[in-house]
Amino acid sequence: MASIQLQSLAHRYPLAPDYALCSMQQSWSDGGAYALLGPSGCGKTTLLNIISGLLRPSEGRVLFNDIDVTDLTTEQRNIAQVFQFPVVYDTMTVAENLAFPLRNRGVAKNEIEKRVADALQMLDLEERANDRARSLTADDKQKISLGRGLVRTDVQAILFDEPLTVIDPHLKWQLRTELKKIHQRFQHTMIYVTHDQTEALTFADQVIVMYEGAVVQIGTPQQLFETPEHTFVGKFIGSPGMNVLPCEIDGNEAVFAGKRIPLDRTIDNPTARFELGIRPEHIKLSTGDGMPLTVTALEDVGRHVIVRGEIAGTQVSALVKDGVAIPENPYVSFDSAHINLYADDYRVGSGGGG
Amino acid sequence: MSIQKVQNNKAWFMVMPVLILVAISAIIPLMTVVNYSVQDSFGNNEFFWVGTEWFQEVLASERFHNALLRTLLFSGLILAIEIPLGILIALAMPKRGWGVSVCLVLMALPLLIPWNVVGTIWQVFGRVDIGLLGHGLASLGIDYNYAQDNLDAWLTLILMDVWHWTSLVVLLCYSGLVAIPEVYYQAARIDGASRWAVFRFIQLPKIKRVLLIAVLLRFMDSFMIYTEPFVVTGGGPGNVTTFLSIDLVQMALGQFDLGPAAAMSLIYFLIILLVCWVFYTVMTSFDNDEQSNSGGAQ
Repeated sequence: MASIQLQSLAHRYPLAPDYALCSMQQSWSDGGAYALLGPSGCGKTTLLNIISGLLRPSEGRVLFNDIDVTDLTTEQRNIAQVFQFPVVYDTMTVAENLAFPLRNRGVAKNEIEKRVADALQMLDLEERANDRARSLTADDKQKISLGRGLVRTDVQAILFDEPLTVIDPHLKWQLRTELKKIHQRFQHTMIYVTHDQTEALTFADQVIVMYEGAVVQIGTPQQLFETPEHTFVGKFIGSPGMNVLPCEIDGNEAVFAGKRIPLDRTIDNPTARFELGIRPEHIKLSTGDGMPLTVTALEDVGRHVIVRGEIAGTQVSALVKDGVAIPENPYVSFDSAHINLYADDYRVGSGGGG
Repeated sequence: MSIQKVQNNKAWFMVMPVLILVAISAIIPLMTVVNYSVQDSFGNNEFFWVGTEWFQEVLASERFHNALLRTLLFSGLILAIEIPLGILIALAMPKRGWGVSVCLVLMALPLLIPWNVVGTIWQVFGRVDIGLLGHGLASLGIDYNYAQDNLDAWLTLILMDVWHWTSLVVLLCYSGLVAIPEVYYQAARIDGASRWAVFRFIQLPKIKRVLLIAVLLRFMDSFMIYTEPFVVTGGGPGNVTTFLSIDLVQMALGQFDLGPAAAMSLIYFLIILLVCWVFYTVMTSFDNDEQSNSGGAQ
């Protein structure tokens, strides 16, 4: 197991005009469970392949436990990685598949048997141990791919590249819980790539949000929810995402649609593009307090009703608890303790004063 | 109450063209051969029934046995060389970049040359007086003469066939190899697999099907080889390169023994059919095993 450090790491594919990964400085601690979250094509898989050594970064260094491994091969780094689509060795049985990475590393025979039996039990594949891997369903094949990573107890880190994409929803939940348990039991450093926020937030202690090749925020699920450092994080996390409202700055107040909202700081010379961020959870609907909202749609999602509407031409969503009456011509007011201020997409302060 | 189905025999006209074509190209010639194989003639277009006499004669004749053994040996050697060599070359070929098209064109070149031209090329190439190979070997002091030495004749024919047909195996294997997703190789690197393990557990299983086609094609072609050895050695020296096909032509057109020749060609045909069936059954039996295993477990 190892801590992982990325020093001025950046990557550009040969002949590509733009960087797939912008320069980043990261330090991930030993035994942590991290999730790399971001939309497709934001560089998550590139970053993962650089850490595992499948790809050599064009700039910067990768360090495991403060030792430079940038020039080491995947085999030398002793990393486990599980891919998005199941990879099984067709001609081997399930048990042989699980034993393969151990056998390649010359682990003693009785030790292999023990660990394979453990993995089979963990993944609920005991009955199929002697079946040919090719005869399995996609779910079971992906379990084998996971298993080949999990049998290796001495790995520096286990990397997951959207491993549950092909798995049935009910099984997804079960496997995620299993991974969480394995993490608690063995304390491996785990990095889990996903574009699904639920997966990321339930799996990881620390979520790393990526956007267009750059890390925009690292934090606990709660931090990501309450103080998104970038408007993208606010919009990407939460369902529906944070409302981002363009505003004017006047001293220590923000002006949105004619309404003045107090801030926790004074901005003297506002030149940037300013926006207010507020979660739909923190918008209150009433009959005559605040700004008038033109409702365009109501979406009943069970425990909540999502009210979608417009204020002065800007789209606004609000969450109303199921059973609470929604006024005919609603007015909205913001919970000022939960307002964030953004300048050119990056967070500069929060609402305050009241 | 039953619904009367409308019978319409016009549909038969639709399949007529195919029936006529197949009849002319396959059924009628084959039946003619069957017809000859059970009759004898002393000229004057008079034929009489001899039953299975010709078949018994051919099967018992030493000449047929020898030709069959020579042909089997030739096919065996060809497969033993061309299949591993083809796989090796396919593995060594680049998977991307400008080298791909260069390699593919180079590989395809021998396949584009007509059989008799290939024969002529090697006939000249191997000549001791003017051929590059023959003269070169002679000037190195190596006693090489495919027209007189039995071993030299065989070596020349095998080398020629390897040169002509290994490309086919290469192209088939290459097509199988490039179809393997990159993630399999990545997973193998993660699992610490050796180069041999990658070949044994990823590449070989994935190209198994195209390899089966390659083996079948190379067996059939080499078992039926005629033009090239006929041009290069003409079946000699003596009879050492007289394969079944050359023997058959000598019997049918040289000696005009239509009855035995017809019986021999039917036996020849059945042998090819049988060997192909055996190859196919053996090589696909692994798949069937796996399927029946999984069926049993469910």
